[in-house]
Amino acid sequence: MGISREQIAQRIAQEIKDGQYINLGIGIPTLVANYVPAGMEVMFQSENGLLGMGEFPTEDEVDADLINAGKQTVTAVTGAAYFSSADSFAMIRGGHVDLTVLGAFEIDEGGSIASWMIPGKLVKGMGGAMDLVAGAQNIIVAMAHANKKGESKILKSCSLPLTGVNCIKKVVTDLAVLEIKNGKIHLLERAPGVSVEEIVKLTEAELIITGDIPEMQF
Amino acid sequence: MAGFNKVVKTYDEALAGLKDGMSIMVGGFGLCGIPEGLIDQVKDLGCKELTCISNNAGVDGFGLGKLLEKRQIKTMIGSYVGENALFEQLYLSKEMEVILTPQGTLAEKIRAGGAGIPAFYTATGYGTLVAEGKETKEFNGRMYVLEESLTCDYALVKAWKADTMGNLVFRKTAANFNPMIATAGKITIAEVEEIVPAGELDPDDIQTPGIYVQRVIKGEFEKRIEQKTVKA
Repeated sequence: MGISREQIAQRIAQEIKDGQYINLGIGIPTLVANYVPAGMEVMFQSENGLLGMGEFPTEDEVDADLINAGKQTVTAVTGAAYFSSADSFAMIRGGHVDLTVLGAFEIDEGGSIASWMIPGKLVKGMGGAMDLVAGAQNIIVAMAHANKKGESKILKSCSLPLTGVNCIKKVVTDLAVLEIKNGKIHLLERAPGVSVEEIVKLTEAELIITGDIPEMQF
Repeated sequence: MAGFNKVVKTYDEALAGLKDGMSIMVGGFGLCGIPEGLIDQVKDLGCKELTCISNNAGVDGFGLGKLLEKRQIKTMIGSYVGENALFEQLYLSKEMEVILTPQGTLAEKIRAGGAGIPAFYTATGYGTLVAEGKETKEFNGRMYVLEESLTCDYALVKAWKADTMGNLVFRKTAANFNPMIATAGKITIAEVEEIVPAGELDPDDIQTPGIYVQRVIKGEFEKRIEQKTVKA
């Protein structure tokens, strides 16, 4: 049931607009770069100090001094710029990045997000995620709707330590496209072949469902 | 050493004066742009109880991972543990104090420290664990957290080129935290790939002016890549 990681990325890419500066987080968000709509030009920002991130290099182009925030080797596109971490987060905190896509462990009705640690079990660190959610006007979260045990990750209130409060407005999961407005989560679209009932069953938060919910289009 | 010639020949000279209990900052993002030889020297000196400020702590067995293995770090201030198993273990077991700091806040704390600004307000982390115990204030209807800046005893940076006067040029994404860290040390040491005579770098191209840099040493770099990824 539900769509693949690639399809989540593909659906998020439909939100991209021509001329945007975009920051993609590690994991599913990185895949969004593969689905930029034809005819559109965008610049990807990597918070370790690169605006204008290109595709992965050929074997001959590999350069240890040119990586992305996921520490993968990358290339730089025409018109790219390099800068320090302080400059990079001035762009992010200062609201200059048009679209941010990042992953999450949990999301809640208030638009809060938890993504950086599971107490006593897992510590990833927040990296740049707290700055990104504080700085971006337009954030899309890419995540699994529920865990392998079928426990919802779309909650009334996040249980894990927060990355940011009241900052998330749009979420794309393997089951649904959700919008968070005024403390309520609205179901906008469902994954092909997934029923509204199935989504409701795997959503702890209350879902606002208005009219027929269309399937995502690819 | 005479006048503005900052070049030292040995790692002993480069880190002369570093002692137990001091604070160090180390440039780099993951393993990209780290001062490899200076980190090795800290390991060889065996200094203990260090406070270490760096975005990451290397990987197991390379970069700052070497100092973790020898338990030389008492307090680690950084933003990302990531895939470093020993770092995570030392944190969860509380064997090492870890102050996780949002990456942009960390960069700004260091920038502000070097610029003589003791603290600043940021929206980053408001309402999270990071803001606990910190002063908050409303500006234009939004809440902000007061974050104090950081300086250190020894700042260890990696640059691409230096001239003999300590002017620095960085390369691509190997700049990352290095330019800010260079400004925030009582003693800043730059380990570089190439040292050129003063006058050879175009003043327009200099990213870190030599006033911030006390010592320059030519290093040999392995430049290990964490995630080599090539086009399919």
